[in-house]
Amino acid sequence: MSAIETNVGGPVTDELALVQAAKTGDVEAFGELVRRYDRNVFRIAQHITHNREDAEDVVQDAFLKAYENLGQFQGNSKFYTWLVRIAVNEALMKLRRAKPGRTVSLDEDVQTEDDSLPREVADWSPNPEQQYTQAELKDILTRTIQGLPPSFRTVFVLRDVEGLSTEETAEALDLSVPAVKSRLLRARLQLRERLNRFFQKRNGGDSKQ
Amino acid sequence: MKCAEFLQELTNYLDGVIDDRTKAELEDHLAWCHNCYVVCDTTRKTIEIYRDSKLYELPDDLRNRLRSAIVSKCQGRRKPGPQGV
Repeated sequence: MSAIETNVGGPVTDELALVQAAKTGDVEAFGELVRRYDRNVFRIAQHITHNREDAEDVVQDAFLKAYENLGQFQGNSKFYTWLVRIAVNEALMKLRRAKPGRTVSLDEDVQTEDDSLPREVADWSPNPEQQYTQAELKDILTRTIQGLPPSFRTVFVLRDVEGLSTEETAEALDLSVPAVKSRLLRARLQLRERLNRFFQKRNGGDSKQ
Repeated sequence: MKCAEFLQELTNYLDGVIDDRTKAELEDHLAWCHNCYVVCDTTRKTIEIYRDSKLYELPDDLRNRLRSAIVSKCQGRRKPGPQGV
């Protein structure tokens, strides 16, 4: 079984040059940075907020905040990691406003009832995603990941969807590397468990519901 | 190796960040433990399906609108500070 390959973000060769230019007020250079990462920020924001309008706001607010605070970007990390950190914080603020009275924190170490060993071990069809239309599959995947606590799904999205390394994810979320690994494992196992009912092999072959 | 120990290493195994000896132990476990093989295989598929899913794509028209708004607002704001980098 081969290792999962990560799809790390765009080229970084001239990125520092763009950041330097943007720092001197070159808005076009900053516009290029927006072009590189707006899709990623939008995806992350929607995964956290579950709301398209909020995600649009997060894209704007995160990039504006990044622009205004570029002077504080020291270049010790990738610009993208620094940007993701800003975007995650903006998205969490939106989520807190949308759900007042409910704690929304990345520090929570959630124990849920399906958090232990896998309960259901059912093999899946060879290409489970092909049993559904694109629209059905998107609906299944969206509803499934939305069921995870924010602290789990944010780690999963940064690490497995956006392709940040474990260290970059830890930096973006201000978590320790062991905390990222622990949450990632549990997020992956919980998603797998929840997808079982859609993807497992059924007697008689065709598993479409 | 017990199943619980296997699961503890599952993330490192799937990410390919594991030493050769531990990897050999995990694969030895996978060879005879069907349950762990299925969990490992379906977890890997879970990751791949989400990675390939294209959930929440940003449509081009919205993308252009957002970028124009961001750039226009940046032009109206003060220059970022020169410090850093």
